[in-house]
Amino acid sequence: MDILRDHNWVLSVGTFLPLAGVLVMLFIPKVEEQLQKAVALITALATLGVGVYTLTLFNYDRAGEMQFVAQTNWISVIKSTYYIGLDGISLPLYILSMVITVLVMIYSWDHIPSPGNPKAFLMLMLVLQTGMAGTFISQDLILFFVFFELVLLPMYFMIGVWGGENRQYASLKFFLYTMFGSALMLVAFLALFFKTGAESFAIPYLVENGGAIAKNTQVWIFAGMFIGFAVKVPMFPFHTWLPDAHTQAPTQGSVILAAVLLKLGTYGFIRIAIPMLPDAAREWAPYIGLLAVIGIIYGALGCLAQTDMKRLIAFSSVAHMGFVMLGISTLTSFGMNAAVFGMVAHGLITGMLFFVAGSVKDRYHTLEIARLSGLLKQVPHLAWILGFCVMASLGLPGLAGFWGEFPAILSAYSPLSGLSEVTFRVYMVIAAMGTVLAAAYLLWLFQRIAFGEPKPEFGGSTSDAHGHHDHSDHDDAHHNDIHDVTVYEWVAWTPLLIGIVLFGVMPNLLFKLIDPAVAAIVTQIGG
Amino acid sequence: MFAEASTVAHEALSSGWFLEHAFLIPVIPAVAFALIIFFGKKLPMKGSELGVLSMVASLVFSVGAALQWINRVNGATEEQYIDPVIRSWTWWNSGGFEFGIGQHIDGLSLTILVVVAFISSLVQIYSLEYLRGDRRYTHFFASLTLFSAGMLNMVVAENMIQLILGWEIMGLCSFMLIGHWWEEGANSRAALKAFFTTRTGDIGLLVGTSVLFFSANSWTQEHLGVSGFSIRGLSAWALSGNPGHAAITVGAVALFIACIGKSGQFPLHTWLPDAMAGPTPVSSLLHSSTMVVAGVFLVARLYPVFFEGMNIFGSGVNLITLIGGITIVIAAALAFVQTDIKKVLAYSTVSQLGYMMMGLGAGAWMPAVFHIFTHAFFKACLFLAAGSISHSASHHSFEMKKDMGGLRKFMPITFTTWIISTLALCGVFPFAGFFSKDEIIDNVGHNGYQVFMVVGLVGAFMTAAYMTRATYLTFFGEPRGASAGESHDDHGDAHGEVHGDAHASHGPHESNLLITVPLMILATLALGAGLFNATPFGESWERMTKWVEPRSVVVEDMDHAAVGETRGVPAAIAAGAEAPVGEEPHAAEGEHGGHAKSVCGTSTPEKGICNAPQLQHAPFKWSKAAMSVIIVLVGMLISWLISVQMYTKKSGFFVGLTSRNKLLALGYRFLVNKYYLDHLYEKVFVHGIAHPIAKAAYWVNQNILDGIVNGAGLVARRVAGWVYRNVDQRVVDGAVNGSGAVARGTGNVLRPVQSGKVSQYGALLFAAAAVAGLVLIIVNT
Repeated sequence: MDILRDHNWVLSVGTFLPLAGVLVMLFIPKVEEQLQKAVALITALATLGVGVYTLTLFNYDRAGEMQFVAQTNWISVIKSTYYIGLDGISLPLYILSMVITVLVMIYSWDHIPSPGNPKAFLMLMLVLQTGMAGTFISQDLILFFVFFELVLLPMYFMIGVWGGENRQYASLKFFLYTMFGSALMLVAFLALFFKTGAESFAIPYLVENGGAIAKNTQVWIFAGMFIGFAVKVPMFPFHTWLPDAHTQAPTQGSVILAAVLLKLGTYGFIRIAIPMLPDAAREWAPYIGLLAVIGIIYGALGCLAQTDMKRLIAFSSVAHMGFVMLGISTLTSFGMNAAVFGMVAHGLITGMLFFVAGSVKDRYHTLEIARLSGLLKQVPHLAWILGFCVMASLGLPGLAGFWGEFPAILSAYSPLSGLSEVTFRVYMVIAAMGTVLAAAYLLWLFQRIAFGEPKPEFGGSTSDAHGHHDHSDHDDAHHNDIHDVTVYEWVAWTPLLIGIVLFGVMPNLLFKLIDPAVAAIVTQIGG
Repeated sequence: MFAEASTVAHEALSSGWFLEHAFLIPVIPAVAFALIIFFGKKLPMKGSELGVLSMVASLVFSVGAALQWINRVNGATEEQYIDPVIRSWTWWNSGGFEFGIGQHIDGLSLTILVVVAFISSLVQIYSLEYLRGDRRYTHFFASLTLFSAGMLNMVVAENMIQLILGWEIMGLCSFMLIGHWWEEGANSRAALKAFFTTRTGDIGLLVGTSVLFFSANSWTQEHLGVSGFSIRGLSAWALSGNPGHAAITVGAVALFIACIGKSGQFPLHTWLPDAMAGPTPVSSLLHSSTMVVAGVFLVARLYPVFFEGMNIFGSGVNLITLIGGITIVIAAALAFVQTDIKKVLAYSTVSQLGYMMMGLGAGAWMPAVFHIFTHAFFKACLFLAAGSISHSASHHSFEMKKDMGGLRKFMPITFTTWIISTLALCGVFPFAGFFSKDEIIDNVGHNGYQVFMVVGLVGAFMTAAYMTRATYLTFFGEPRGASAGESHDDHGDAHGEVHGDAHASHGPHESNLLITVPLMILATLALGAGLFNATPFGESWERMTKWVEPRSVVVEDMDHAAVGETRGVPAAIAAGAEAPVGEEPHAAEGEHGGHAKSVCGTSTPEKGICNAPQLQHAPFKWSKAAMSVIIVLVGMLISWLISVQMYTKKSGFFVGLTSRNKLLALGYRFLVNKYYLDHLYEKVFVHGIAHPIAKAAYWVNQNILDGIVNGAGLVARRVAGWVYRNVDQRVVDGAVNGSGAVARGTGNVLRPVQSGKVSQYGALLFAAAAVAGLVLIIVNT
């Protein structure tokens, strides 16, 4: 048997194992909350175990090729097959989704958001995990689409049921917005299928044959995919669902959304849109780059205008994903390497920032920046972690964020030949200015909430001063419950913190994987 | 030896363990930092012992490496290129290229390594006493140690990415240490300002590195087998004649913008005086002697790039000399209106950094690097002396006018070390500053930058004057305020309660040994460090020039050059013979120094590569030196006389002069407001971006972009309602209904948060988009 097809069961098991957990949980009564949590956590851990086993089996010398490939009949009437595989781009994202799910499960152990019901909450999370993992291993467009959409519903309900005060609006917006993008994307997929002779939905087949489509048609098909993926990323101006969704989502939802879900869009660009439609990609690249740098500056300005910590972090995603998209738009291996690294780094860092925001909210029942102050004094460990993530997020070298940001800026100096150098060099300078704005909003946030003296309303011992704050669903005893990082939080966060340092100090752990896989894609577009 | 060199092509250069393992120098404090963070609080000295030990270890390693380097130089022939000791390991890769991390050790890096490790050690020892009882004692030592790790890493950096790593870590530590007492808003604002301002300059670092990388990479890969980030590769490439004029100029200017930010040059100097909000040891280490010279170091490190990019020697002015010259004068002027002793020193630092930049810009490489060396000692000493005063005499106040005066009687050691360092700073013979500063001024003039020589002399005059004023206010006259034993206000609050009241009942007194010993060591060097490169005493005294200045020799043996290990080749034929005489500016003037002229920097070598441009040294003349020393002494005298009249005799003419004379009042206000640059930055730029622009962008987001989305939703809902009521549901695709039903079903199972309408709208929107998309496809095919 071909070495690339050995052990091809691991991917299917790794992807669908969470559903087995869901099945088990269905038969456990709702009131057995601890048991529900235990089953969910064990399932997530077992899934991660399969993931780690995948890591040991992976052939790192051939990271540029699809491994663990499996292909069987599925919906033969539309020539779609169950076709999966994993290469150096998919692997880190696939594993990232598993790690994040486990950490979120651990965090959920004592942080089930109101109105409770861990059974439904955790089941949704497991379904979500299947959708995320499946998206990254799909080698068939229909399969990809199914997984891509599978992600949508659990997240919709997570926001809609467990979200904040304005959850209905936010979840509806999230759902409709993404659905709209998906519809156009599906049309584009169908058009691509018919234009390549209606032979197959297999991604390798379409990559091989997509380039033969007439350029004008390619451009239109690309437009459909672009909207589908750009909404997910999200790129300016399709980002407006994101701040609302993030702000309203429960902490767990925000973390998963930021850490993994946003990457589905950028992954789609790299895996599907660009290699399948190379001519269109070259046509679109300058515009994608333009929207990317607008996103960088615009997202940063949005951050500066925020008064809510979580919303600020949400807006920062728009800026950071702008760097990722800028890297992709250069269509060079430098740029795409930076983009994939940036995806992982953003997942770790922004995921972590949302965890911290969630914990601040738990303790202070507010995320209003003006009301928070002196965190370093009251909850020193939490504030130090926030400071660390802020530094990582603004691209401090030695931490993971730098390797997504700087190489992306670097790559813009020299885009794929045929693209306008002048245009991209202007983008480079604008993006570099974005790093200053990033420093501004992040440090400003940190300075305002971590430095200084704690506000009297959260002073601790006196309990009469804050009777009038209307935290409808919390009793007043919680006001005095401002404690530092708990054990569950430490367990859930430490892996992310280690990852941020590890990939920052030894970036080649990832670059070594990504580079060959990206090179394979760049050859498709003539790089 | 000499005979061998001419017959045996490759004269092996000596090396040694410390040289080969210089990369460990930053690793030691980095490890110590991690240990302090995790275990520091449990240790008997709260982690400070780890900090001090790691710095001493780094110092030992640095000195060991420096000695082995001196051996290497002494063992080489006169005309041999002394290869730097370069090692590199793969750090990351992209686009098929491998990029390394490692070390690039030569005279320049060793000079700075020794200085940084040395000052860091002394400052950490000083801090043991100065910060005793501080509530964040462990954090302080952790940050200080991390800073040293960052700076040492930047200095040993083999390539630009590694350099950026160290550069940004220093910025982070600067932020943490300025904001060490973050309970007070002023401190945290100063920290933010420092980070933010230098970060603005760093745009240039990112852009410049990118520009140079892509311009140089193919040349360096081909000729040296290194990437376009490599320090050595970029240096050789810059002198190879390969770079297009635009690329190298843009790259050099961009990098220089970063240097402006980091080294407090005009117009981005405004963060440095504010940075004095940090504890005094921090000001002494980061914001005077080491971190702020990073920008100067970068220019010296990649000198060939700046040499070619800025066209040094090409004309009587370039960006570097201009910025340096402006900085010297405007900062010195500001030092006159300060009442805070640390602010005087801060502006003095800015001004001295201007000297270094101006020197580099005018081709006076060696004097500028030597000035980094000497300045570190006397400026660190001055800051630590100021700290000693605030610690033991003025109750944590740095206000000269309010809380000092007459302290020479109470603090003899502090006073003596201060005076020695002041004389060194002013450039009085034979103190250290004379040998470096005077050389800069002399060489700047010699290299054709006469205007800037005058600027340098004016600066020297001003330096002497403002330092005399500060010395008078601090140590002469009668004690005032806190030093006179008056009850002090709450200056000391930030130090913590333990610290604040310990001395309340004592009058001014000398500090203890942990403080005075570092002062005395630094003062000794402020007195004697000039002898390391004492040009006036003849060539045999120019040790630094011999050991540190890279030799401008054409290296022909590419294979060995590519390995970059221990080989260099004397290019006997290249030296002098190939250089077209006419192209050598000032060739006729008294050239001295060991090696003959090479073509490097003036024209492209036909064969082989250059690693450093050919520079020249001004011949020392006692007459010129005497002139500048006289200028300094006159400055001191005038300042002294005015100070006596103004501060002690309260002469009616001087006191209140600035409020009586309109023109003087205007100038005074201009200076007190720091040329209104802070107003410009904070009120116009920062507030402009943070308030109107950001608010406007957000308004657009909420009302226009979101308005479109919400509007589309509303319209879709209306249309959908109409369609739903008027068109038979069966017309709609079955699959769409199906998906709607599934969604609705799931929704009911979980919880009816929404009316089931979401799924209907979703389905219809989906259908509408699908139809629209299909129409587009059909139309276009």
